[in-house]
Amino acid sequence: MNPAAPLLELRDLHVYLAESHILQGVSFAVRRGGITGLLGRNGVGKTTTLRGVLGLVPRTGAVLLEGRETSALAVHEVVRLGVGYVPEDRDVFGGLTVTENLALAERAGSEHRYDLVYELFPELKQRGAQKAGTLSGGQQQMVALARALLNADNRILLVDEPTKGLAPLVVRHVVDALQRAAEVTTILLVEQNLSVAHKLVHDVVVLDQGRVSFTGTVDELMGDPALARRHLGLAAVGSH
Amino acid sequence: MMRRARSVAIGVAIGIVVFALLPFAGITIPAIFDGPLNAPGTLNLLGLCFVFGALALTYDLVFGYVGLLSFGHALYFATGVYVTAIALTRWHWSLPAALALTAVVSLVLPLVLGAICLRMRDIPFAMVTLAFAQAGSILVMQNPFGLTGGEEGLALGGDTLPAALVGVANTRNVYWIALLLLIVVYAVAWRAVNSPPGRVWQAIRENERRVGVLGLNPYLYKLGAFVLSAFLASATGVVYLLLQGGANPQVSTAEFTLALLVMVVLGGVGTLWGAVLGGILYEYLDFRLIALANTAALKDLPGVLRLPLSEPLFLLGVLFIVLVLFVPGGLGGALQRRMGAAFRPSS
Amino acid sequence: MTTIALLLVTGLGLGALYFLIAAGLSLIWGLMRVLNFAHGAFFTVAAYAGWSAAKLAGGADPSLRWLIGVVVAIAVGGLFATLTEVVLIRPLYARHVGQVLVTVGLALATISLVQGGFGSDPQRLALPAWMTNTTSMLGANVPNTRLLVIVVAALVFALLLFFLRRTRFGLIVRAGVENRAMVQALGIDVQRAFTLVFAIGGMAAGLAGMLGATYYGTVDPLRGTSMLIFAFIVVIIGGLGSVTGSAVAAIVVGVVQQFLNFYGAAGVGDFSVVLLLAIVLLVRPGGFAGSSA
Repeated sequence: MNPAAPLLELRDLHVYLAESHILQGVSFAVRRGGITGLLGRNGVGKTTTLRGVLGLVPRTGAVLLEGRETSALAVHEVVRLGVGYVPEDRDVFGGLTVTENLALAERAGSEHRYDLVYELFPELKQRGAQKAGTLSGGQQQMVALARALLNADNRILLVDEPTKGLAPLVVRHVVDALQRAAEVTTILLVEQNLSVAHKLVHDVVVLDQGRVSFTGTVDELMGDPALARRHLGLAAVGSH
Repeated sequence: MMRRARSVAIGVAIGIVVFALLPFAGITIPAIFDGPLNAPGTLNLLGLCFVFGALALTYDLVFGYVGLLSFGHALYFATGVYVTAIALTRWHWSLPAALALTAVVSLVLPLVLGAICLRMRDIPFAMVTLAFAQAGSILVMQNPFGLTGGEEGLALGGDTLPAALVGVANTRNVYWIALLLLIVVYAVAWRAVNSPPGRVWQAIRENERRVGVLGLNPYLYKLGAFVLSAFLASATGVVYLLLQGGANPQVSTAEFTLALLVMVVLGGVGTLWGAVLGGILYEYLDFRLIALANTAALKDLPGVLRLPLSEPLFLLGVLFIVLVLFVPGGLGGALQRRMGAAFRPSS
Repeated sequence: MTTIALLLVTGLGLGALYFLIAAGLSLIWGLMRVLNFAHGAFFTVAAYAGWSAAKLAGGADPSLRWLIGVVVAIAVGGLFATLTEVVLIRPLYARHVGQVLVTVGLALATISLVQGGFGSDPQRLALPAWMTNTTSMLGANVPNTRLLVIVVAALVFALLLFFLRRTRFGLIVRAGVENRAMVQALGIDVQRAFTLVFAIGGMAAGLAGMLGATYYGTVDPLRGTSMLIFAFIVVIIGGLGSVTGSAVAAIVVGVVQQFLNFYGAAGVGDFSVVLLLAIVLLVRPGGFAGSSA
């Protein structure tokens, strides 16, 4: 296995939802290790891209995980290849307790990193018996992240806007957790909050109107205000 | 396209004339019918086939065109049957008066029930319609105030109807009424489906939200379709009453609505003539299979084979399953695709 | 007072039967979004299978014969349901209306076969003497069959709760009822849960079929369909996907039906239950979304 080969590669991904052509030929690669950012304005197709990788939406084009084509696989089969998913709405199971939510995420054949999870999110251990539906937004986010981190054989985590709607203190906690996670696994991070993105990611892929408009490092993008404004809009200028 | 419409129209006109003249035809078609074409038994069967064809059509309006999965359509058929029967036999009203009452009830009832049921969609809607139909069925069975005759039903005595409609010799008159019913119901349905509201119905079936976005109120359109189809179904019920000479609680059961569903899927969802075909086929098979089962041909089969083959509902159920699994458009849909390909101008 | 006690027990007994059917229906709907009309067919076929088995057991002790009937009914119900899921439901994945239609066709075909083969008239089920006796409770003489049905249903309820709360499959089912897509996104094959849930539902329906025959003393080809409609009502009132909800709703529906049928007129109870459904559907916000998935 060539360590320099991309961990995840998308080739000409097209997704149609209802009657919109949301992704119009998205192609990019995610290298092994660290955090790669998937950025872009609202509604440009970032969440759809993550869902397309998993197969949660019908798509054409190729998705390669460590060189292996996954288009013919069912969602759960793709996930079992070692993909963790933290959806935009967290999607924790409200009727199940925190412990049950985590237990459900345990995949057979993989080591389960409860020590890491409880170290990053001690609250989850305390609130183990609490129903996930009664948790705050920030606590639910921790459950969602913990689920993805649990399986040691997850090669890549797809994380969708983990700081959305959270208080600054919680945002800091999430950022720390993601930085710790990046030490043990690769992350593809969708993030609207550009200061968070700047802090976390190294490489970036920018989407615009259903296509990739820029690839490079985050410093290249953010370092050039004109470039940033062109690809990310006015929000890119100044701190978030 | 025009040529095709012309040839279809001519074909239909010829067909109507042929059927109208049947009571004068002494021809016998063996196996298909028991006896010559103008025999009262045959005419009665054909009349029933027309009624079921029309009924299936009314259901296709609401299920095939608007996309409303109603499990309670039989209730409105039963309304036509029972309200008329009760007015004639229990209250001794004249036929015109009884028909007027039935017409009123057949407008008010679906309006009220539809207004409630249509607050829900899809499967929940189906369940409420089923529940109301079941309530109606219970009501009929319980024979409140001795009106419905409970399990025995109501028989139309000889003095309740005008002389022209009574008696075996006058079967042809009722047969003509049934034929007329089918033609009228088809014409009304065709007109409705091809009108602006009809197009909204089909749009609702495809994507209800978009209809709302366009500024139209889907609820009102759905209610309109619901009431229209119920009213027409009730009309078919009246003719059914005339053909059968009485009311029978079987028509109010859940099984009957489900049989309607089978008819429409059989013939093709969303094509008018497909539904008619399905209804006609269903009623014919229902009638004849019992007779066929007792013929010498089947009597010799081992019990294991004979049993399923002599149960019309079994065969229909299996056919239904096969159709849903392999031919989603039903017979009409499949035929339509084949014919459509033949007639479509090459592009 | 004796009347009330009797009505209560009878209502609970009826509710017990509804629950056994409704529990499976509820899980099937909650997890798979399938409206399973064939559930009534599972009930009927299993009932006749159990009844036949009990008859065939000839000279054995009546209680043993009954027990054999019950075991056979459960097995047949489970088997029939599993076959249905694999052969008919699975190929129609995502075609929800098609799935409903196919269960309708199956119900029609199966029940007509049963009617053709065994006749339309109800047939007596031989019961051991202790079942046909009565027990004195709350001042009334309560038929033991009612008590038996209630006890068995309570046991099944406890078993189901244990399964849902304490096993991994149960966890998957509970999560799947809430959000099927996310369960798949955790790497879990929900398809196996579908088959399992259908099998459980079939077994419960089969048990209900045999217990229904015990309750009424006869097997009847039409009973499955009429019980099915009330079971649907119970499922909706109790909340789709909730076994506990079905239990509570089943009790309410059974008792209300009995009381109103007695104190009103025959049929008033049945009618009111239907009305209750309409009211619940109208009042509950957004119908009964239950869970998003």
